[in-house]
Amino acid sequence: MNPTNIADPEYFHKVVDCQYACPAHTPVPEYIRLIAAGRYSDAYMINWESNVFPGILGRTCDRPCEPACRRGRVEEEPVAICRLKRVAADFKDDITARLPTIPKDKNGKKIALVGAGPASLTVARDLMPLGYSVDVYDEQEFGGGFMRSQIPSFRLPEEVLREEVNYILDMGLVTHFNTYVDSMNSLLEKDYDAIFVGSGAPRGRDLEVPGRQEAASQIHIGINWLESVAFGHIESIGEKVIVLGGGNTAMDCCRTSRRLGGKDVKVIVRSPFADMKASPWEKEDAIHEDIPIIDNHVPVDFVVENGKLVGMHFEKVRAQYNARGKRTLVPLDEPHVFVECDEVLVAIGQENAFPWIERDIGIEFDQWDMPKLNEQTFQSTLDNVFFGGDAAFGPENIITAVAHGHQAAISIDRFCRGKDVRDRPLPGTTLASTKMGVHEWNFDNAVTSDRRFKVPHADKEQTLTDRYLEVELGFDEELGYAEAERCLNCDVQTVFSESLCIECDACVDICPTRCITFTQPETEEQELRLKLTAPANNLTQDLYISDSLPTQRVMVKDEDVCLHCGLCAERCPTAAWDMQKFLYSVTKVSKL
Amino acid sequence: MSYFKPAFRHPAAPTNSLGYHEDDYEGSLSTLCAGCGHDSVSGAIVRACFELSLEPHRIAKISGIGCSSKTPTYFLGNSHGFNSVHGRMPSVATGANLANRDLTYIGVSGDGDTASIGMGQFAHLVRRNLNIVYIVENNGCYGLTKGQDSATSDVGSHSKKGDPNPFESIDLCAVALQLGADFVARSFSGDKEQLVPLIKAAISHPGFAFLDVVSPCVTFNNNQGSTKSYEFVREHMEATGTVDFVPMHQEITTRYEEGASQEVCLHDGSVIHLRKGNNEYNLRDRQAAMGAIEQHKAEGQILTGLLYMDPDSLDLHSVVDTSDRPLNSLTEEELCPSLQALDNINESLR
Repeated sequence: MNPTNIADPEYFHKVVDCQYACPAHTPVPEYIRLIAAGRYSDAYMINWESNVFPGILGRTCDRPCEPACRRGRVEEEPVAICRLKRVAADFKDDITARLPTIPKDKNGKKIALVGAGPASLTVARDLMPLGYSVDVYDEQEFGGGFMRSQIPSFRLPEEVLREEVNYILDMGLVTHFNTYVDSMNSLLEKDYDAIFVGSGAPRGRDLEVPGRQEAASQIHIGINWLESVAFGHIESIGEKVIVLGGGNTAMDCCRTSRRLGGKDVKVIVRSPFADMKASPWEKEDAIHEDIPIIDNHVPVDFVVENGKLVGMHFEKVRAQYNARGKRTLVPLDEPHVFVECDEVLVAIGQENAFPWIERDIGIEFDQWDMPKLNEQTFQSTLDNVFFGGDAAFGPENIITAVAHGHQAAISIDRFCRGKDVRDRPLPGTTLASTKMGVHEWNFDNAVTSDRRFKVPHADKEQTLTDRYLEVELGFDEELGYAEAERCLNCDVQTVFSESLCIECDACVDICPTRCITFTQPETEEQELRLKLTAPANNLTQDLYISDSLPTQRVMVKDEDVCLHCGLCAERCPTAAWDMQKFLYSVTKVSKL
Repeated sequence: MSYFKPAFRHPAAPTNSLGYHEDDYEGSLSTLCAGCGHDSVSGAIVRACFELSLEPHRIAKISGIGCSSKTPTYFLGNSHGFNSVHGRMPSVATGANLANRDLTYIGVSGDGDTASIGMGQFAHLVRRNLNIVYIVENNGCYGLTKGQDSATSDVGSHSKKGDPNPFESIDLCAVALQLGADFVARSFSGDKEQLVPLIKAAISHPGFAFLDVVSPCVTFNNNQGSTKSYEFVREHMEATGTVDFVPMHQEITTRYEEGASQEVCLHDGSVIHLRKGNNEYNLRDRQAAMGAIEQHKAEGQILTGLLYMDPDSLDLHSVVDTSDRPLNSLTEEELCPSLQALDNINESLR
């Protein structure tokens, strides 16, 4: 096998599991170190540059970083990355002076944003500092999109949302709120240089089973119902509520119901509990609020008596998986189950819908009625129209919308300057030694054995009666520090220099997880893996392979459970191992 | 500088037949210089004891004074240990072994501790064939006192700041062979593939087992001109053959071609295989071993591997016919026989 090319930024990027898994590639270990150092504002700005909504995401992110976290492979639980982000947001000082300055002299280019959600706001954040004039259209009364209408206040307080949305609106966007864009054609006629569509996936899926029409007044589509609650149009619900669906929207629906008068609220889902789309912590929080989650139940019909919904029938099923892991739900030979209810919330998914885009203006749609886009540039088949967020490739999450926004902003800027949008900027990377003394590093390389700390919650009785009261209190500074110390600093890379190595084996002997081996080279990776000191069974993690050493052997390091403790480098007599901090940043169109 | 090792280990780390992980055989974090060969020897001892599934509490590690003699702190943290006086490890080990013959004894010493101040004790320990693994971590210099030449430093070799050594060196393997040792091997700290099976074979040998391990002093004697540097040893070592050690309870899985290997069966049923290198080498021929050592030395080579072994070795207990059981298991009645017993002895001498 060839030596690992560590000059390729993607190699070390992949070692930083959390950052690699994050759609926006936020440099997680970098800001966690700043939190540990008490530099909350600095930690916040690193986040803000990358993910635009640290305070919001610190409460609501889907956290793709956490399942990826190396700590989860070393012990049971990953670092509470998401809640540490919130620590940075909670304890920062006033950062308004650190926000980019917006030039008074505009560059003469006008951009329209459809929707004022995370994708559009990210585009605005990236373009405003360059002098673009940006108009934003949204049917809601305020900015924030689904972050405002779908996420209940007990998870995301209004002031946190407002603060971070306003950082962007205050850059001087022209807002057209309470304005539903009903025709792309007429928007095109307004002579914008480019249009960005970040209108989300606004249509909640309905459940067409018998009784749906008769009981319409007691059946609500989850996302519409949450929106009505968010804007104060709905303030109560019946005592007995069934929430259908197993995603995070279902969790928000059931927990909101508990706060609006629902006493007997149940989540009923077709799939097995383990297969539910909702994040594990969301399910936990729902169960904690006395909401049973009944799985393997498929809705049969709505039962209406005297014109009034009284309950639903369900068929019990069990999940069967074929060799490829594909699931089928097999009905059990049991009578249908009847569940009483006063109201039903249907949260079984959402869809994209573009009724306002005329199909004869050059924007092509595919067989699923989704716009045809370039996956890198987010450009549609109409050159000056770009998509992002849920509107681009279907429902995802906030952090994905932000990542789309950054890329779309690059495209829009290049498009407006007449450059090839397919020509993408390379990521910015730095790699620098952390050496301070003979065996001293400028990062805290000691590995704490602490297990994941729990985020304190507000009193349950109180939170269930006040739907504006945030359930999670967040880490205080002391807990935040302790949790931050659990981070393994995966961005501080173990960099090996063949020319310095004297093959004394000191690194092999000291490595706590035995991830280093010196051995004869092999042509096949699978052969090499079998020869390593410790089992190297995680094929998703790379082997770091050196060039040939004087004994014709090579150094092979399995990246899988390296603790980045630096002991290999400390025990190395010739500094052939060095601990070097690798900073990877996705290039944005405007620098902070 | 880190003063402790993280508590996390590889989640899929294998266990031995006792259910222990390799790190259960580790000790404290080493305070030796980074890159010291001694740490690799410690690592090899850890690996050997883990692979042999020895119970840590049935092992005693005994040492003298010096960098090498510090190392028992850095391995087998759950075993017995005695860090004795300079050059006096043999007498302390002898006392311990005579009192409790059931433990596995690992003596760790250095070239100063053995070939200089402890030469006299060493010679008599070999003669008496005490059942112990005696490891010399040989770096050819006094590292703890800043690198003066030691008695095993070769003529003409020079350390980092020294002149070429004018004195003839003591070859401890040759000395051990001459004094009647039944298991003599030489190895290199930088070659665990050779060292680990040798330590396992030495532990299983039923008498005195001597291992001279060239273990470079990375601080004072790893320079150009030294014959005990990593680079020099790698370039000049030649092995008698490749040693495989197969413990008695383990099935032999490797196939050996007829005539391509020598087998030595130990009394406990373990087997040592010596897969031959280029040279014909007879493990059972003491004179030939001494000759081979001399010949390689004359050619500027270092002969490593298992040099000589006699599996029918009779250790000190057998020779002097001591109690079959450790002293701590003897009852008062056995230790203090009655007056009648004394009378019987006296009567027999009349």
